[in-house]
Amino acid sequence: MMTTRSHREMRIETEDDVILVRRAVRALAEANGFDVFATAALTTAASELTRNVWVHARKGVAVIEEVTNGTRAGVRVTFRDEGPGIADVERAMAGGFSTARTMGLGLSGSRRLVDQFELHSAVGQGTTVEIVKWKAL
Amino acid sequence: MLGAIPILRMGDVLLTTVHIELRDAVAEAFQADVLSAIERSHVTGLIIDISGLDMVDSYVARILAETGRMARLMGTETVLCGMRPEVSATLVRMGYLMAGVHAALDLDEGLQLLRSIQGAR
Repeated sequence: MMTTRSHREMRIETEDDVILVRRAVRALAEANGFDVFATAALTTAASELTRNVWVHARKGVAVIEEVTNGTRAGVRVTFRDEGPGIADVERAMAGGFSTARTMGLGLSGSRRLVDQFELHSAVGQGTTVEIVKWKAL
Repeated sequence: MLGAIPILRMGDVLLTTVHIELRDAVAEAFQADVLSAIERSHVTGLIIDISGLDMVDSYVARILAETGRMARLMGTETVLCGMRPEVSATLVRMGYLMAGVHAALDLDEGLQLLRSIQGAR
């Protein structure tokens, strides 16, 4: 069971929001005692996914939450946009594939950096990506 | 944004330290600045110190690696210095290969590496 301990919503509307979102994520990881490796991994994933929203959908939202599963502290970030959506999720997740100016590692790379990764996308409706990183025991 | 990251010349080497969080516009200006500086100063080596960066995402990694490949086409080898352990671990886990640049632990090692590359050709 995952419980939410704090909740913050940030809008993604400009390129600078890539920096603002990842700063907020880093601050939360550090406040929860993540080591530098976990902090860098989560912060980098947040940067990739925020940039994806900005590049592909131009606007969206990042929901940043402190969570716990009873024994471990974690950070969950949900990226939501109403952009074009992903036609071929499997191909997009395979990496090395890019339709815009990101380099195609955004999705596949981010997945390798976090503990939980969930992606929902519908063409013409948008994309939601939810990631969770747990503090090492 | 031009000139946001200083580029110094030391003999036949250009030295630059990326000490600030790279916004996209800054990163692109940095790439252009470095290439212009190489052309102006006729150096054969470029050192990019990134010990100040606590995060390098695929965008910044691409800018750095591309800069190295572009510099190489101009006859200049690039050494990336001081990548932090967590940054290195993150890039490798993501699957990003920094093709086009050499790497060294710190500035001293970077200069030595450049000397040996320059000596070899």
